[in-house]
Amino acid sequence: MTHFVMVIDTRTCIGCGDCVVACKTENNVPDGLNRDWVVEATSGTYPDLKTEFRSERCNHCSNATCVTMCPTGASHHWNDTNIVLVDADKCTGCKACIAACPYDARLVMHPDGYIDKCTFCHHRVEKGLDPACVSTCPTGCMHFGSLDDPHSEVSQLLKTRDHKALKPETGNYPNVYYLI
Amino acid sequence: MSEELFVTARDNALIDPSLHIWTWEVAMYLFLGGLTAGVMFFAAVMTVRNKDQVAPFAATRLALLAPIVLSLGMTSLFLDLEHKLYVYRFYTSFQITSPMSWGAWILVVVYPISVLQILSTIRSGYSFLGSLIDRLAIGKLVVDWCERYRTEIAFAVIPFAVALGIYTGILLSAFGARPFWNNGVLGLLFLVSGLSTAAALVVLIARQKSEKELFTRLDLVLIFAEIALVTLVLISLASGSGQHIEALQSIMGGSYTFSFWVLFVTIGLLIPLLLEVLEISGISKSLAMLAPVLVLFGGYALRQVVLDAGQESTWTHYETQYDAELLQRLHSHD
Repeated sequence: MTHFVMVIDTRTCIGCGDCVVACKTENNVPDGLNRDWVVEATSGTYPDLKTEFRSERCNHCSNATCVTMCPTGASHHWNDTNIVLVDADKCTGCKACIAACPYDARLVMHPDGYIDKCTFCHHRVEKGLDPACVSTCPTGCMHFGSLDDPHSEVSQLLKTRDHKALKPETGNYPNVYYLI
Repeated sequence: MSEELFVTARDNALIDPSLHIWTWEVAMYLFLGGLTAGVMFFAAVMTVRNKDQVAPFAATRLALLAPIVLSLGMTSLFLDLEHKLYVYRFYTSFQITSPMSWGAWILVVVYPISVLQILSTIRSGYSFLGSLIDRLAIGKLVVDWCERYRTEIAFAVIPFAVALGIYTGILLSAFGARPFWNNGVLGLLFLVSGLSTAAALVVLIARQKSEKELFTRLDLVLIFAEIALVTLVLISLASGSGQHIEALQSIMGGSYTFSFWVLFVTIGLLIPLLLEVLEISGISKSLAMLAPVLVLFGGYALRQVVLDAGQESTWTHYETQYDAELLQRLHSHD
């Protein structure tokens, strides 16, 4: 299976939100719904505060609990990769996958009612392109690629830079990494 | 300090600011599904134990309620679906890791087996319906067959009734993402609660004194078991990881404290327990009909509070300053 990851440099990200706009434009995400979002995380005690910006989305988990809990097979790993998609024609809108996602990364498509989420822009990935958010990022802080190739940009970044994933203790093996 | 703030809008319906995907429709299904399991279970056990004389209602008439109650529950569940036209998709695949898929297929087996159970006692329980069916030659044959194998059918009903009663709890407990649900006792708790509500229903409807007494005693045992299981759930949450301890706060001072301790534990368990003890010991029978009503209420309250508290429990803690009304204002200028 191809192991796709996204690597986002929190030291370069300025929290502009272009990734969010790019996603809405590329995927025609309706008003009021978001497949990605930006978080500003501040920690410390004044005046020693530390802020990081994180562009967040579905983690396309290798052990995706949304997939294991789906009763119909609508939630699935695409083409033997870790990219998690929802087949709208199989989705009953039971919302088990939403309850199963520890990252609250899923949404109910309006007005249709099937469950929707970030697709890592698989329609672009299969043409060899980066996801829309990655290509749009004005600071170039977002990277996308396969971990199977040890020479890929993402493999090299994770080899040479300190990084973290969100809540790996969920056991879901999330695949969006943040350089810190 | 540690603060995580959305700096782009995120106000996904049913998910933000905290998860509220499942409301009364699902709680009602969990309650009615558990009640159905109890109804089928007791009807079967009374048959197996030859209790036609002691408990004629449970042994010969109770089973008819099962498909009616279950259909109400499934209607309620259907109302919850967001993509209703695709409901048939539950039955175009079986997903072995999904308790919901197991549940969908359990329901498919429960209906026909429930019909066999009803037919096996329909002549003695509902003579009018029995004679209607007997007018059809094939109907008469089928009922004859069901009566001949009444005990065998009852034995077959028991595992499916238990499966129906327990899966709803396992369904919730299998969500690792919702720490409040994520403990193995929940399945048993829901099963015992379902049996208790069914026993209460028999006490409420049955006319014969011996039957009311039998089921009041059964219910008393079940309430004790339920209290033990609730205690185990609380211990497992309190001794769990940070997420579990935090999830427990929702009923220990948090938003569902009243629902849990007053509506479910006090009104739904302790007061009926006391009333049933008073009744069995012969001290007071004046409030005899109140106990089963409270047990039924408690059964629903348990499902609702567990459903709500579970959805509130989470791994993520974002603050949001995004005001959805601002978007509306933008539209009003279009």
